[in-house]
This record gives sequence, C-alpha cells and structure tokens, in this order.
Amino acid sequence: MRHAMVIDTRLCVGCMNCVVACKTENDVPDGFCRDWITETVRGAFPHVRLEIRSERCNHCANPPCVYCCPTGASHQTEGGIVAVSKEKCIGCKACMAACPYDARFPHPDGYASKCTFCSHRVAVGDDPACVSVCPTHCMHFGDLDDPSSEVSRLLVSRAHYTLLPEAGTRPHLFFLT
Amino acid sequence: MIEYVNHRSNPGIDPTLHLWGWEIPVYLFVGGLVAGLMILSGYHILRQQWDDERTRGHYVTAPLLSLALLTVGMVALFLDLGNKFYVWRLYLTFEVTSPMSWGSWILLLVYPVLVASALLTLPESLPRLARTFPILGRTARALSARPGFAHATGFGNIVLGVLLGIYTGVLLSTLAARPLWNSALLGPLFLLSGLSTGAALLHLLSHLHPRPDRDDGAFTDAVISAMVHWLRPPDATGQGQRKLEHADNSFLTVELVLIALYLIGLLSSAAAHQQAVGLLFSGPWAWTFWIGVIGLGILLPLALQFMQAERWIRSTIVPALLVLAGGFLLRVIIVYAGQESHWFMAAQ
Ligand code: SF4
Ligand code: SF4
Repeated sequence: MRHAMVIDTRLCVGCMNCVVACKTENDVPDGFCRDWITETVRGAFPHVRLEIRSERCNHCANPPCVYCCPTGASHQTEGGIVAVSKEKCIGCKACMAACPYDARFPHPDGYASKCTFCSHRVAVGDDPACVSVCPTHCMHFGDLDDPSSEVSRLLVSRAHYTLLPEAGTRPHLFFLT
Repeated sequence: MIEYVNHRSNPGIDPTLHLWGWEIPVYLFVGGLVAGLMILSGYHILRQQWDDERTRGHYVTAPLLSLALLTVGMVALFLDLGNKFYVWRLYLTFEVTSPMSWGSWILLLVYPVLVASALLTLPESLPRLARTFPILGRTARALSARPGFAHATGFGNIVLGVLLGIYTGVLLSTLAARPLWNSALLGPLFLLSGLSTGAALLHLLSHLHPRPDRDDGAFTDAVISAMVHWLRPPDATGQGQRKLEHADNSFLTVELVLIALYLIGLLSSAAAHQQAVGLLFSGPWAWTFWIGVIGLGILLPLALQFMQAERWIRSTIVPALLVLAGGFLLRVIIVYAGQESHWFMAAQ
C-alpha cells in the first residue's frame, strides 16, 4: 500500500473548494491552511501559459521532516502517510524548517500541524476531503502499489512531475501536465 | 517571464520562514561559548595532572560559569518550544537521525560533568561556600584526591565540549530545506567560534581585578572569586592573558578559513545554494555579516590581540568584547538568513 495523490493541472481552476473543505473537515485554526493554491504564469501576453496547482504536504517517501524530529512525533505510517502525533510533539519547529515545501505550520496549541491525507477518512475507505469536493474532479487519490488503481493508470498514461525533485524528498503528490 | 503566486499565508511560514526568533541564536551562541569553556578548562584540568600550579587559576571557575551560562541557554531554548510541557518527551526516545535528539542527550551528559568539574575546584572557586557547607568541601577534597576522577572529568569536558560545539551546527546543516545551512562546515565553524568566544570570555574576565582581600558574604564571595581565579593566576604576570590572546587568535584564524571554505562550498554548489549564499553578499544581512562578523568580530580583534601579545599596545578588553559580539552576530545571521533561504527561489 502506497497512498498518493494525482492532480490534473489542466483541470484545476483554482476555486479553492479543496482549501475550504480541508479547513472544515480538519478544523484547521483561523489564519492557517493545510492545503493551498499556487499559480504560475509563464511568458508574456499573448503567449502565456497559466498553471494552477492545489498543493499540500507531499507525504514524501524520503521525508526530512521525519528525520529531524527529536521525539518521534513526526513519523511515516503504514501506507506512506507522514503524520504528527501531537501528544509527542514538543513544538521545536525543526520539521517546519526541514520541509522544502513549507507544508507544515505551528498550530496555535503549540504542536506541528499539516495535511494528513485525511487519514481518518482514508481508514474507512473514503477519499480525502479535498479530493471528494473538487468540482472539476482534477484530484485523484489511491494506491500506487496497485497497478490497476486510478492513480497508477494516470501516471502511466499522462506526463507528470513532482515539486522540487532536486530536494531529494521523493514526493507522493504528482501533477499531470 | 515567470510570475508565481502562492495563496498561502501561514503565520511564521510565509512569505519566508520566520519561526525561530532570538531564542535560538542565543542558545546557539551560549552553547558554543560553553563548549569553548569546557574544552579550554578540560584541557587545563588534564594538564594540572602533569604541571600543577601554573595553570590552576585558569580552570577553577570555568565549570561554574559554564553551568550558569548553559542554564541561560536552556531557558532560551525552552522558551522557544511550542509545547513546553511536553519537553520530557525528548528523553523517552533517542532518534538517531535527529541532531536535536543527540543534542538533548548531550546536554543531559554535560550537566553532571560540569557539576563534577565545579565540585573538583570548589575549595578554590568558592572558598566561603566550601567552608559554610563542610560536606561540599569534604566531597571536593575527596574527589580531587583521586587523580583518576580529575582525569576522567578533564576528558569528559573536552569530549562533551566538542560534541556540544559541533552538534548545533550539524543540527542546522541537516535541515534539508534551507540551502544556506546545507554545509557540513557549519558544525566545525560553530565549534571554532565557540572556542574563540570561550577564550575571549576568559580573557575578558582576566581584566577584572577585584581587591584580593575582600571577603563580603557568600554571594559576593561567589561572584568575586568566580572572577578572581580567572584573572589572577598564581603567577599573575599576564602570562595567562598572553596565552589566551595567542589561543584566541589561533581559533579566529581557523574560523576565518572555515568561513571562507563555507562560502566557497555554497558558491560552487547547486543554484539553490548559490542563491542562498547571495543573502550574505547583498541585501540586509550582507553588511552585518561582512562588517559585523568578519571585520569587527574577527579581523579587528585578530589584529589587536596580535599587537597586544607582541606588547606593542596595552592589553584591553576591547578585542574580547568584539569577539563575543561577533560570535553572537554570526549565530543571528546564520539563523535568520538561513530561514529566508529556500529551494523555491532557485526553482521558479
Ligand atoms: S512535504 Fe514537507 S512535511 Fe510533507 S512529508 Fe514532505 S518534507 Fe515532510
Ligand atoms: S515540532 Fe514536533 S513534530 Fe516537528 S520536529 Fe519538533 S517535535 Fe517533531
């Protein structure tokens, strides 16, 4: 089992439904977000290309945030989800400084917080909240180890990339182009 | 043209990381200073075995001073934690890949070694306290009667001092996301900076000359004798000061070489590292770095201490103060500019 998310940048319109869904589902404190939208515009008018991405923690297979955690609060679970046990976290912020994607943030209650791939929903067979509300169906969630899963098939048939592959983190968020 | 917009504004994270405030540079500075003091006094504790009285005055109070300073650093570190009441979690596990975990265990070992060193020298560093509580004096005498114990304490100071001095740099260098920190030279650089500030602090104290016949109560006794012994080595001819000036200059020279190698290493690395080191060549951190750290914190004291040691000019506290300020500024700049450095700058 290897959970991954595949996001089609050709379909994403940047409506931020995923952002709102996440905040609601996970009770994310005011002023913070676990997922967010980025826009990249390349070229000059009239030859421009706009790309919109819904981003979050990449649930890296080689996660620097886990390696630097002094208490073991940051860890990888079965299925490759990178999680934080808040009752172990001392709020030292090393993991936030170690994440090349700035995907973590200090929760006002003191511990490190970030996207969990909605592990509580995944455990009962549901998609993460962001995936399930996307009106353009640009996001897909599934098991990379299963060659017949939707995510595996999309990655075989479509060109894709990950963010900052040069940082060596082996992200598990894939963007289709 | 590429324009990048990120609709995220998490406090502490955006637009650039600014999670670590004054607490961390203070801890890194004090940790380095204590590491330097431990190595220097450990060396003296060891040497005392072979060459008794000459250097005795130089090491007796360093352990007490280190205990006080390290406690200040630990308080700063504690203040930085988001979940303060979970701090004991550090000691329920050992995470081999986390320098912070290494550091917390190293600190746990540093304290008993410092306490042992302080006890060893108590009759000299705090004579009145040793008289008031005879048990302390007796323990101290019993301990110093065993050469093996003093030997082990000396070694312990040196080994733990090196570990303490290096780990703070390694801690930053392993945080993969901040290219300005991704240099293995940061560990040795912090160690050398710790040694130079340690020597500078001793040198500074050696300039304070309280009246030798003073005897006013336990607290002043503690404070004054803490200083006196650094200052007035038995052969108070300034020999000790000169040694410290020479030692400090050697440390500063190596530190300068390490900074040069650190800059060269980043400049000749990948685009992200080149951009990161650019933070030290232009922008708000550049002048503080070149004028504050390099000019006033290293080159000027190097020249002054050279002239002092050659007896061309009178020995003053100025170089010691400059070295201490420069060492602190180095930590401030590395911590703040490092947080601003990012892989994304190069990727966009
Ligand atoms: S994106 Fe950041 S927080 Fe998430 S697993 Fe990777 S390094 Fe850790
Ligand atoms: S903030 Fe918490 S999760 Fe992050 S490294 Fe520190 S203890 Fe681990």
